[in-house]
Amino acid sequence: MSRVRLLVGTKKGGFVLTSDSRRQNWEVEGPFFAGWEIYHMDASPVDPDRIYASQSNGWFGQVVQRSDDGGKTWSAVGNGFAYQGEAGTHKWYDGSDKPWQFTRIWHIEPSHHDPDVVYAGAQDAALFRSADGGETWEELTGLRQHPSGPNWQPGAGGLCLHTILLGPTARIIVAISAAGVFRSDDGGEHWRPANKGLMSGGVLPDPDAEVGHCVHKIAMHPSHPDVLFMQKHWDVMRSDDAGSSWYEVSGDLPSDFGFTIAVSSQDPETVFVVPIKSDSEHFPPDGKLRVYRSRTGGKEWEPLTSGLPQDHCYVDVLRDSMAVDSLDPCGVYFGTTGGQVYTSPDCGSTWSAAVRDLPAVLSVEAQTLR
Amino acid sequence: MSEAGVRVRLPAQLRVLAAVPGEVALKVAGPATQRSILDALEELHPVLRGTVRDRVSGQRRAFIRFFVHESDLSDAGPDDLLPPDVALGREPFVIVGAMAGG
Repeated sequence: MSRVRLLVGTKKGGFVLTSDSRRQNWEVEGPFFAGWEIYHMDASPVDPDRIYASQSNGWFGQVVQRSDDGGKTWSAVGNGFAYQGEAGTHKWYDGSDKPWQFTRIWHIEPSHHDPDVVYAGAQDAALFRSADGGETWEELTGLRQHPSGPNWQPGAGGLCLHTILLGPTARIIVAISAAGVFRSDDGGEHWRPANKGLMSGGVLPDPDAEVGHCVHKIAMHPSHPDVLFMQKHWDVMRSDDAGSSWYEVSGDLPSDFGFTIAVSSQDPETVFVVPIKSDSEHFPPDGKLRVYRSRTGGKEWEPLTSGLPQDHCYVDVLRDSMAVDSLDPCGVYFGTTGGQVYTSPDCGSTWSAAVRDLPAVLSVEAQTLR
Repeated sequence: MSEAGVRVRLPAQLRVLAAVPGEVALKVAGPATQRSILDALEELHPVLRGTVRDRVSGQRRAFIRFFVHESDLSDAGPDDLLPPDVALGREPFVIVGAMAGG
């Protein structure tokens, strides 16, 4: 019988939740790395027991942990995230030049083919790659050294590389807040901005700006890698050509601000978002926690409320905090800054909390174990 | 060389990370300084690399402080001699995470 394992990163440690394929009852283990921020945990698709975790805090910096037994035991691996060559500068909030400085790893993306190969997205924005299970890391310098790099400016959360989409073949797509989307077709050696069609009204007066877009998250169905869905600072966007151009699919959402976005594993045109009221009010509109589902690849959205709080709910759902499993019907999962992890075994139609009182949730990933 | 061994006291989170229950005993090559002690500490416990001082610059991390005899020596030079009691193992070199935030 299949099982589902959720990897939950929080402000004060990591947690692992497991269930059978009914996805009704969840066993909660943790906290792992108690007291540390776990920005992200993710597992190798080819070796599900190999899990990587980004562990950091303001006092002691960055640590990367690796488990080879499905999260039962962990070992610290390498944390040598050094910018290669002349570090250079990017723009600070006030427009001044600021030297690149490593702060943390926001996102870990294991290879789809080799459990020893893993990518890591950093703040200040850079993409690192390890080919030895995280023991050593090497920067893919072509990204940060793109000619637009000196003009990249941080979003409110920092100049962070938070999205890494791998494949097909040697394609890598990353997103940086608030530089935008970049695409490589040669495994990360050469990069080009992929922001055509993104609008940042009120922030960027130039509608054709090459960079400077506050992309919050991008989701992709693995069997349709040219179709990308984006939750931007404002606007939900779609690309049908792997980021070469984008168009808006916010449609009838109550707010097109938000952080997270996910695509159903069973239908590449079924998309989930969690609308947030605004950039100054990071909570759901009207105090109602609603997941919105589109079955049409955007534009037409339906609210999903069964089992979710519809009064006095003022949590946030952060960019890496939603995930799907690969069962049919698709299971959908998200965590909140209030410490709840909500689970749906039926493509979002009904929800229940697997756990309610964790530290603020920073990330959720779902593994389907067969 | 510190024949008696240098004693290092870590903050709780680093004790967990390095899996050491109490103080760390080190043999330090050369005079006991911040640099020589941290070099020896990181050699014995590689997992601590980058947690006390920046991996690239070697600078003390902003929220880390160093104490000996209840005196804050954080701003001393990395190659300044520490008080003799540290080299003799009579006093621990104390690494503290600053009290800030939650």
